[in-house]
Amino acid sequence: MPLSDSFFGQKFGITEHDLESYLSEALGAGGDYADLYFEYLATSQLSIDESIVKSAIQGVSLGVGVRVISGERTGYAYSDDLSPEKIRKAARVAACIASGPSKVTKTGLEQVRGRDLYPLVTAPNEASLAERVELVKRADRAARAADRRVFQVQASYSDSLCHVLIATSDGVLSTDRQPLARLGVSVLAREGNGVPQRGYSGGGGRVGLEFFETEHSPEHFAREAVRQAIVQLDAVPAPAGEMTVVLGPGWPGVLLHEAVGHGLEADFNRKKVSAFSDRIGQQVASPLCTVVDDGTIRNRRGSLNVDDEGAPTQKNVLIENGVLRGYLYDKLSSRLLRSRTTGSGRRESYQHIPMPRMTNTFMLAGDSDPEEIIRSTPRGLYCANFGGGQVDITSGNFVFSASESYLIEDGHITRPVRGATLTGNGPEALKYVSMVGHDLKLDEGIGICGKEGQSVPVGVGIPTVKIDRMTVGGTG
Amino acid sequence: MIDQELAAQAVRLALDRGATDAECTLAEGEEFSAQVRMRELETLKDAGSRRAGLRVLIGKRVGSAHTSDLSTDGVRQMVESALALAAISTEDPYADLPEASELGSLSGDLRLYSDDIREVETSARIQAALEAEEAALSWDPRITNSEGASFSAYTGGRVFANSRGFLGSYRTSSCSVSAMPVARQGDSMERDFWYSSARSHRNLDSPANVGRRAAERTVRRLGARKVPTQKVPVIFDSVTARSLLGNIFDAVEGDGIYRKASFLEGKLGERVASDHVTVIDDGMLPGLFGTSPFDDEGVPSRRTVVIDRGVLRSYLLNTYTAKKLGMRTTGNAARGVTGNAGVGHGNFFLEQGQRTPEEIIRGVRRGLYVTELIGQGVNIVTGDYSRGAAGLWIENGEFAYPVSEITIAATLQQMLMDVEAAGSDLEFRGSVASPTLLIREMTVSGQ
Repeated sequence: MPLSDSFFGQKFGITEHDLESYLSEALGAGGDYADLYFEYLATSQLSIDESIVKSAIQGVSLGVGVRVISGERTGYAYSDDLSPEKIRKAARVAACIASGPSKVTKTGLEQVRGRDLYPLVTAPNEASLAERVELVKRADRAARAADRRVFQVQASYSDSLCHVLIATSDGVLSTDRQPLARLGVSVLAREGNGVPQRGYSGGGGRVGLEFFETEHSPEHFAREAVRQAIVQLDAVPAPAGEMTVVLGPGWPGVLLHEAVGHGLEADFNRKKVSAFSDRIGQQVASPLCTVVDDGTIRNRRGSLNVDDEGAPTQKNVLIENGVLRGYLYDKLSSRLLRSRTTGSGRRESYQHIPMPRMTNTFMLAGDSDPEEIIRSTPRGLYCANFGGGQVDITSGNFVFSASESYLIEDGHITRPVRGATLTGNGPEALKYVSMVGHDLKLDEGIGICGKEGQSVPVGVGIPTVKIDRMTVGGTG
Repeated sequence: MIDQELAAQAVRLALDRGATDAECTLAEGEEFSAQVRMRELETLKDAGSRRAGLRVLIGKRVGSAHTSDLSTDGVRQMVESALALAAISTEDPYADLPEASELGSLSGDLRLYSDDIREVETSARIQAALEAEEAALSWDPRITNSEGASFSAYTGGRVFANSRGFLGSYRTSSCSVSAMPVARQGDSMERDFWYSSARSHRNLDSPANVGRRAAERTVRRLGARKVPTQKVPVIFDSVTARSLLGNIFDAVEGDGIYRKASFLEGKLGERVASDHVTVIDDGMLPGLFGTSPFDDEGVPSRRTVVIDRGVLRSYLLNTYTAKKLGMRTTGNAARGVTGNAGVGHGNFFLEQGQRTPEEIIRGVRRGLYVTELIGQGVNIVTGDYSRGAAGLWIENGEFAYPVSEITIAATLQQMLMDVEAAGSDLEFRGSVASPTLLIREMTVSGQ
């Protein structure tokens, strides 16, 4: 599509000539590279609470970020006003980082032609408000009908449509239209006057509203949230100490995100502050483990046609049969480490500097029968669902909290436990993987990853996996 | 500063277009940051932005919208969008604004804005970051690397107007300096950090002090071990105790209370903690980060005793949660620029005690001193608490060796009852603050 037909061409009259002149301004004081990131973001959030649609919010956010790189230095400025004077001013501020003659050889801008991983006739936020509000009303009704012990239901639906235009001094011109939708249901249940327990379920992706019509219906998420809360009503305190842990398929893949993913982001490895620094080619996991980061899966929450530096996303192998194969690069780290970008440069918004980030991170399926994995475990913890996790990439230590877990006794899943936290060390934890199931599942599409104050949507996935040794933190 | 009149105009426009009530917030901010790494400037960021948000009521139906486009056209679209959303929402009998008699603004200079930050030149800002890093790098030969050091500055303004006659504004400023060194010894690599932040440049700690403190915290983590699973006394240092205060706030804010989603629901007037625990929310303390002349609904900030020597005295409420509970707002409404207000805090802190942190440590025969908590294992509904931790092992009242890759667990109910001492080291580096805290017993999970 010619720039003149693109969103920014149509709405703001931005031309290739404009972009080239802003880039020249940015490189006016020297520097090796410059880029522009234009963003127009429209968001909606609708939520129901106590069966009342209490909150309905729509918003528009618009701006441009200008970056100049000179050696290892980055200058950054942004403007929420797209007038040429304001963009030029931002370019001059970003240019302050550089001095001396520019080392950029002038090239014309060439449009990255691409695939469309999220082709949509109608983006969610272009559908009627009435249609979208019905999703939360249905979730509320279904959760209340599912079990008499449910006494609080909150359901929220949010969507966004983000138009981006990226132009770089190495000649890339990319435009993209990035939809995102998510529906979540949170419930509280209790038995008589007992302690309440929470259940949460949700899903979404870079999808249209039709996504919520089939197996991802509001009723599905409502029933799943209720099921999780009800299970917790009978839960006993989590055990404490080292034991065998079996991860269920899907969302428990967040373990990979924390235990290895962050430590493989190239900015940390450029600075040699990651527990995985200088370990390419080494065995960092059991030979049963192959872990990939794939930004090219259709309609997935973590997927992008192009990353936030205009580079096409790819499927990157991080660990292959237990051996560390590669890092995730953005342009700056690939430039400094003499590698190639892996399409992993992401940012929260035009107000933020891009850095290497994950997209959809998961472990490939193995050969084991999931039921056999449980049967082979005399005593341990089975984790079906997690809340969030966190990692210290320098020591490699990570933790994450199980929101639904059970004891495994004599090869059977028995009592539910509450409040279990798992902790381990990134380059060590996966060495104890002894069985990998054939049941790879990706999560339902609710992940948010935070790094250095920037949040981006991500996906995770894993098959059923047995880890022979891991520390479980509970009180029991 | 943004024109106050723009907020008043948006409110009038909403009323003209059919709203029965409206409230508008304008926010603007300018941010600057300089990051250095390994003695070289690495990143400079310098920019500003503005935003407007509107919430309207049509009877008891509510709609909200926000925009970064403050042109006449942008504001008009925001008004129309909020009204359209109110039309599809459901009547909420409790939806309202504060009564006119509840509105107001604290008088006097709260020292939230200082011009001295603007006066610091870019070169001096970069120099501050370089000095902080240098102090860390030269502190100990085991500090071999750095994730960098930074100086950042922020100035902002906020305007609030509503249809019950409130129109007010205030400016804020802040600056901070931080360092994150990396230490290595054999196979062990660790990082930690320290920072200082203040509303005026003259109240900022020196970059050299910040760098040294960061280096001390980092080096003492080297060679960390895992300990056997056991129950021992646990001391939270002032950094980790602060996150515990954050958990207490989550348990007393009105939203969780009226939903019965907090373990402190229904406990007003009851003993919920030991005598050593007095928790206060004070939005009036001059110069601090949790201070403001009015909350995000236009109600003056105030001081509220939340827990008095172990007895729960008050929840923290905005207009909505107060109505749900049959109480009055405590001036704790908080929001970005739009939507229904949530509940926030002013300066939320635990009153300090008599003993120094050193005295508290000396009194523990065998236990854990926690310097870092990671993960999200806190359940406010049930009080279950289980988080990843790192710190120092205490033997006979002295630090014996560092520990990591462990978790600490208990319930918040028990932890509050088990607070045996609060240190004399209360310091406000943000809007939540706590002195060192000693908890009688928690489960430490390791080997």
